[in-house]
Amino acid sequence: MTQPTPVLSLTNIHKAFDGVIAIQDFSLDLFPGEIVALVGDNGAGKSTLIKMISGVYSPTSGTVALDGEKVSFADASSARNRGIEVVYQDLALADQQPVFMNMFLGRELTKPPFGLLDKERMRRESQALVDELDVRIPSASSTIRDLSGGQRQGIAIARATHWASKLILLDEPTAALGVAETARVEQLVASLRERNLAILIISHSLDQVFTLSDRICVLRRGEQIGIRKTAETDKNEIVSMITGVHK
Amino acid sequence: MTMAIQKLKSFDLQQSVIYIGFVAIFLFFALTLHGDGFLTSRNLTNIVLQTAPATIMAVGLVFALSAGEIDLSFGSVVAVSSLSAAVAMQHFPMAVGILAGLGAGAGIGAFNGVMVAYVRLPSFLVTLATMGLFAGIARSMTDLRSIPVLNETFTGIFGSGKLFTVPSLVFWTAVVVGLGHLVYRNTRFGAHVLAVGDNARAAQVSGISVARVRLYVLTLCGSCAGLAGLLYAGRLQAAKYTLGESDLMTVIAAVIVGGTALNGGKGSIIGALLGSLMMGMLNNGLILMGLAVSDQMIVRGLIILLAVAISLRDTSR
Repeated sequence: MTQPTPVLSLTNIHKAFDGVIAIQDFSLDLFPGEIVALVGDNGAGKSTLIKMISGVYSPTSGTVALDGEKVSFADASSARNRGIEVVYQDLALADQQPVFMNMFLGRELTKPPFGLLDKERMRRESQALVDELDVRIPSASSTIRDLSGGQRQGIAIARATHWASKLILLDEPTAALGVAETARVEQLVASLRERNLAILIISHSLDQVFTLSDRICVLRRGEQIGIRKTAETDKNEIVSMITGVHK
Repeated sequence: MTMAIQKLKSFDLQQSVIYIGFVAIFLFFALTLHGDGFLTSRNLTNIVLQTAPATIMAVGLVFALSAGEIDLSFGSVVAVSSLSAAVAMQHFPMAVGILAGLGAGAGIGAFNGVMVAYVRLPSFLVTLATMGLFAGIARSMTDLRSIPVLNETFTGIFGSGKLFTVPSLVFWTAVVVGLGHLVYRNTRFGAHVLAVGDNARAAQVSGISVARVRLYVLTLCGSCAGLAGLLYAGRLQAAKYTLGESDLMTVIAAVIVGGTALNGGKGSIIGALLGSLMMGMLNNGLILMGLAVSDQMIVRGLIILLAVAISLRDTSR
């Protein structure tokens, strides 16, 4: 059995800000249909890593490869054009606009001959997508402000799913949600596996990490402590990897 | 029953206040002033003609406010634009005058835009400063003198002329409102303006150039004020530094009453048109009622305050 090509391959990534090391020697392969959790204390470098994958920062040294091909993103748009989507913890939705305009934010569909917005098609496609992912909202024409936190995060994830062809980065997707809403969003994230996308999720909840992930990657102060298969480890081991305290 | 309650809850007072206010003020004047000529077609047409410059500025301001910016300088732009056009036409053909007027508006708007989008200063402060700056420049341009505009083609196109049977000022209003509405509601640019005003960070991470949107809306605002300057010059057959001076409050009130959010993300071009016509009716009606100028100002101020209070009242349930 041959190993498939990783969707994303990070090799010996270093990142320093004005000489201060944020990430050192980080390597990780992500495969299609896999959920990998990135855990670590505050300031461990998780967000810096996400920003390097999504094109906001570029690594000081090391290589990023997509489907085996070395890439270097000039900005977030170029990463997005290559099929990488980010779901931010503060959602990045325009609250007073309808769901369908958010779904197509920055990538609105137009129709000939005058290049006017094709609102009907955006509404239809958005409705089909939220139905397919079972994000329960009144309709694709609802205004974001009228939706609950869980519904909003559902929209943000649905948007990422619609546009990502390779990889979705989730930065604390349930940090602001209640128990029931968290469960809904976790279900949604788990269902993305079937779409053959690779998913990298940052989370502070170890329960969530163990529910969702296939592998867990631990960072401490910019240093990669290790990667474990979720099925072959337990919370104690992960906690001691995060904190550096061994029992 | 629950459906009815839901419908009642979703009834958006902020968006509808303009329609109610418009009809209420119209009916009030129609009933109280029917003997004084308020309802004559000539008077009603006059209201539309008089509000044309304010309506056109209101269209620009809807874009700026929707993007989360504000323009306070458009009144001064009107003066500079009309004087530029008038002075240019003293020496050059009409086309040069038109270009000078529109160019002055677009140029000042673009200057505001660059200061806001790229120097990253708040639009409130930038346009407060340019309002004073260009009011001063307008005064010094011709040493406070008014400049006659004698080119009849110009005064026809931008003032007293007619296109078939439509007065040219009505034509300009219709074109700007129609195009503005189309761009605002049905183009990617319109969608980006709303997105930037709603959540600039979300717009940025979605690949929208926030700086460019800010530059464009302020340039558009200046351009609309430039056109308004030409319309004033055309209608009055003269340009003066006082033109546009009193429009700041009227236009901002028209736009806010028309359902545009002061802090971005939401607005209406048609609402701004009705808001502007409402302000025009108010001016006209109060004059016909025979109120002294001071009383007119007081009544108008109070009515605007009331309308704005209703439009902006926090409706969070």
